[in-house]
Amino acid sequence: MAPWLIKRILGLCGGAGCLAALSILLSRNLETYYYLVLIQCGIAATLAVSLNLINGITGQFSIGHAGFYAVGAYVGAAWTVLWRPVLAHHLSFLEIGVPQGDILNLLIALVFGACAAGITGLIVGAPSLRLRGDYLAILTLGFGEVIRVILLNVDAVGGARGLSGIPTLVSSGDLAAFWVFGSLCLVTLLTRNLMQSSRGLSWLAVREDEIAAEAMGVDTTRVKVTAFVIGSMFAGAAGVLYAHFFTGISPDIFGMDVSIMITTMVVLAGTGSATGAILAGFVLTALPEVFRFLKDYRMLIFSVTLIVIMLTRPQGFLGNRELGFGTFARLWKRLRRSPAVSGNAE
Amino acid sequence: MLSIEGLEVRYGAIRALNNVSLEVRTGEIVTLIGANGAGKSTAIRAISGLVQPSRGRVLYQGHDIVGTEAHKLVGQGICQSPEGRRIFANLTVKENLELGAYLRYTRRAEVTADMERVLELFPRLKERIAQLGGTLSGGEQQMLAIGRALMSRPKLLLLDEPSLGLAPFLVQQIFAIIEDINRQGVTILLVEQNAFQALRVAHRGYVLETGDLTMQGKASDLLEDGRVRQAYLGR
Ligand SMILES: Nc1ncnc2c1ncn2[C@@H]1O[C@H](COP(=O)(O)OP(=O)(O)OP(=O)(O)O)[C@@H](O)[C@H]1O
Ligand SMILES: [Mg+2]
Repeated sequence: MAPWLIKRILGLCGGAGCLAALSILLSRNLETYYYLVLIQCGIAATLAVSLNLINGITGQFSIGHAGFYAVGAYVGAAWTVLWRPVLAHHLSFLEIGVPQGDILNLLIALVFGACAAGITGLIVGAPSLRLRGDYLAILTLGFGEVIRVILLNVDAVGGARGLSGIPTLVSSGDLAAFWVFGSLCLVTLLTRNLMQSSRGLSWLAVREDEIAAEAMGVDTTRVKVTAFVIGSMFAGAAGVLYAHFFTGISPDIFGMDVSIMITTMVVLAGTGSATGAILAGFVLTALPEVFRFLKDYRMLIFSVTLIVIMLTRPQGFLGNRELGFGTFARLWKRLRRSPAVSGNAE
Repeated sequence: MLSIEGLEVRYGAIRALNNVSLEVRTGEIVTLIGANGAGKSTAIRAISGLVQPSRGRVLYQGHDIVGTEAHKLVGQGICQSPEGRRIFANLTVKENLELGAYLRYTRRAEVTADMERVLELFPRLKERIAQLGGTLSGGEQQMLAIGRALMSRPKLLLLDEPSLGLAPFLVQQIFAIIEDINRQGVTILLVEQNAFQALRVAHRGYVLETGDLTMQGKASDLLEDGRVRQAYLGR
């Protein structure tokens, strides 16, 4: 095996180990409320980073992301609640309640949910990504609603009541944060690696000028559909995790407001910045909680805060930059320099 | 190398090109001149696959390429500097050039060498290699658009009004560079409003009037032609 590959695998294993340890530590020491908010932040950030691939990087204005989130959640939950028990009669390793069984089942649910969302993304994306701007936005928004209405009317998945009693595969092992933040890391690393390759440049080119990109030999349709499918898959995975951590889902959890919230996160993040999307995911999920003491005025204040952020930073939190160690180093330097500047002024 | 037969292009009810036939032989510079709205850019779009003609054939190296997707034609050696330059505004000069070589992006050494060559041709770009494309001046953007197209190693280079909006001195320079590129073995189809300069560097020329080809011939003959002089050279 090539040395760089070994290094990378070791790095991944090390990272996963640290994340698992941190997850256990958090779940045992953090108050349940804060832990729940943290998980919700992680899921929101995953959704934001996955939509960033579509909206921020390839510039396709899709605003129906909750639809893919819902497909993932329902298919993942359907596996665990409806299909798995049938199979478990014959295959004992699918039994849950033991760590191996839990992990295996969650992995299967993740694969099913992500693939279902990805296939849905392909079916929706392939024809509609030929449309431009506003039309694509309207179409994806409509798709999100269609999914919600379908789920509302299919009795096999509980109709308006939704699916409940999903076994807590994740939280039982203290590993909820591990799975949620693991998938967040995965989609972020994927974005980063893509952006550092020459292929990533062609994705940005599609956002900048589709005709010029096509004229330079970029298969723009393929780029757009690929971004759409990958983005949908990670939204689906986020849905699976939501279903298994909160143990119940219903169509109203995946409404248009959620789609719009995810889109807002991506816009707030700045065009194409994955770390900005994570930041926005955390801020927009945590803010309503922070404002909880305001009771009825909570959403009002929340909306006003959003407007103020937009007015003061129209380029988004990070513009098109990424947050990294370099950013902190620069910030540190600037902080150290500023006393010297004020010293001169005296 | 390129032979167009009876090409017709429609935008809805508007017929932008009407039964146009022209030929570009290997190693030539051929210019297509005409007034605003004559259909020059439409011809370039039709050749490069960005619009579909409603009638006619486009033969490139003996094959009909009508219906081939635009991005596939780049791999076959047709690349263009499009109308309006279409620089990737939020990408750097270097990234813009790299995108020109997108189809060969795995061959790093080759791409680096090509970039050196292009930057030698346009020293102004070299000084601005890390600048964002959108912040370049109009002339610099034009150089970048041409340089970006060259990065694909085209056999046939399509240039849509490379002199548009440039100062006279820069126009001279751009045309000198076009001749230079041609001497290095690239066949060029040059669309221009600046008929005088275009006919001076070209081997042959065609005159397009509201979708119809009205004149064609050796560039030096067209330059002497009374009608061309009156309509396009203003003298
Ligand atoms: N997308 C379009 N939809 C409708 N009509 C179009 C479109 N593009 C071009 N046309 C029309 O087709 C005709 C030819 O346009 P074209 O852009 O080829 O002209 P041109 O010779 O390049 O002119 P210019 O020198 O001004 O660039 C014009 O009458 C124009 O209005
Ligand atoms: Mg034109």
